Amino acid sequence: MWADLYHFFTTYWLGQAIVILAECLLVTVPLLVAVAYMTYVDRKVWASIQLRRGPNVVGPFGLWQPFADGLKLLLKETIVPSSANQVLFLIAPMITFMTALIAWAVIPFGDGLVISDINVGILYLFAISSLGVYGIIVAGWASNSKYAFLGALRSAAQMVSYEVSIGFVLITVLLCVGSLNLTQVVIAQSGWFWNWFWLPLLPMFVIFFISALAETNRTPFDLPMSEAELVQGFQTEYSSMPFALFFLGEYANMILLSAMGSVLFLGGWMSPIPYPPFTWIPGLIWFCLKIALLLFVFSWTKGTLPRYRYDQLMRLGWKVFLPVSLGWVVITAAVLQLGGWVPKSF
Amino acid sequence: MASLDRTARAFLLTELVTGFMLTLKYMFKPKVTVNYPHEKGPLSPRFRGEHALRRYPNGEERCIACKLCEAICPAQAITIEAEPRDDGSRRTTRYDIDMTKCIYCGFCQEACPVDAIVEGPNFEFTTETREELMYDKQKLLANGDQWESLIAANLQRDAAYR
Repeated sequence: MWADLYHFFTTYWLGQAIVILAECLLVTVPLLVAVAYMTYVDRKVWASIQLRRGPNVVGPFGLWQPFADGLKLLLKETIVPSSANQVLFLIAPMITFMTALIAWAVIPFGDGLVISDINVGILYLFAISSLGVYGIIVAGWASNSKYAFLGALRSAAQMVSYEVSIGFVLITVLLCVGSLNLTQVVIAQSGWFWNWFWLPLLPMFVIFFISALAETNRTPFDLPMSEAELVQGFQTEYSSMPFALFFLGEYANMILLSAMGSVLFLGGWMSPIPYPPFTWIPGLIWFCLKIALLLFVFSWTKGTLPRYRYDQLMRLGWKVFLPVSLGWVVITAAVLQLGGWVPKSF
Repeated sequence: MASLDRTARAFLLTELVTGFMLTLKYMFKPKVTVNYPHEKGPLSPRFRGEHALRRYPNGEERCIACKLCEAICPAQAITIEAEPRDDGSRRTTRYDIDMTKCIYCGFCQEACPVDAIVEGPNFEFTTETREELMYDKQKLLANGDQWESLIAANLQRDAAYR
């Protein structure tokens, strides 16, 4: 009986399809709940930085607030501007949302807990996060509105600029690990928490985090959607579910980049102290805690920093991060070569 | 040396770290928000909120239809019609306030010689339709009955300063 079931789920296409679907749901549904509660955490953190209380009326401590917001967006009317390109206008939020979700296929949640354990995981993540910009460009173009268009242009320029430095950060990690497989990346960081790459590669971790802020259009790099000048930029014309999809995509991207940060620099599912009782806690929980820590820093940043000016943003990207990260790639390579620490897989 | 110092500070992100520490400190300070629907801020006895027409303790309405409030109202929100009542006293037959026109300046209660029209402490009288904000005499008298104790107390507290 069990053997038959095992046979069905591992060999027949229908069984495999069911397994894959179940895996996707297992990742997507908790992710969407996390996104919903990320908005709540965001609002609570900003509120407490500004000595306010934040949402506290809907449910205990305002915990149902995200669902109230989601329900509200669902019930609103979807408005498509008459001058907009209707098809592209509706496809754009789907692109943003989908690219934010499919990247999760390669994220290792624990030892072996990964949907698709491909050997070019980092490359895949990088490619998908670059695709995300299409949703925004298409949205800005299809809206046929000057604010949306300006927002999309800014967003495209900004994401391209900061992807360069993220690329170099990934190369440094690759040099230290000798593999593009994300599971290998985590295993290479095993040991005490000072063995994780955040300490040996501290400047790159900072650059990665700041570039992640720019990639997700968060403060201080939220020029594409600056509400004061561009009225939410590329989202200007969006309402109801398309808007909600953008919103979900944006937050899912934020969580994705936090997950990337945890995998690349904070030892993924590893426990910070490699001895019991800390190793009894499942790796999944350590991983979620690390993501939560990075997400908190995301909110904290938004509560602390004002917005950059556009030329400052470009200067930081091209004149500071590019040379620094390029230099650090060279330094890392040199240190690995001279110290005889080059990973064996090279 | 100064430039070296500045460069070091820039690369070590000292200013960012200072700012982040400050906001982290603020995160744990007590909140200053008044939790509005559940708790409310203090109101001055002179607070000018929703209008009310008051009565004497024996139930007789105070307004004598002198129309001073109608005359002084800068927004021309008040409309009064009056004629002698059966017992010969002069009373209003119509006393309307258009609450959408009213600017809550309080001139009407300043002008009133008998403290009949007053602006009470109630500021939560939103409605779902515009029509509900066209107050008539009945509504104003009902307001007076509802808020009389508070209004009387406020008038008394403020009397010393008038």
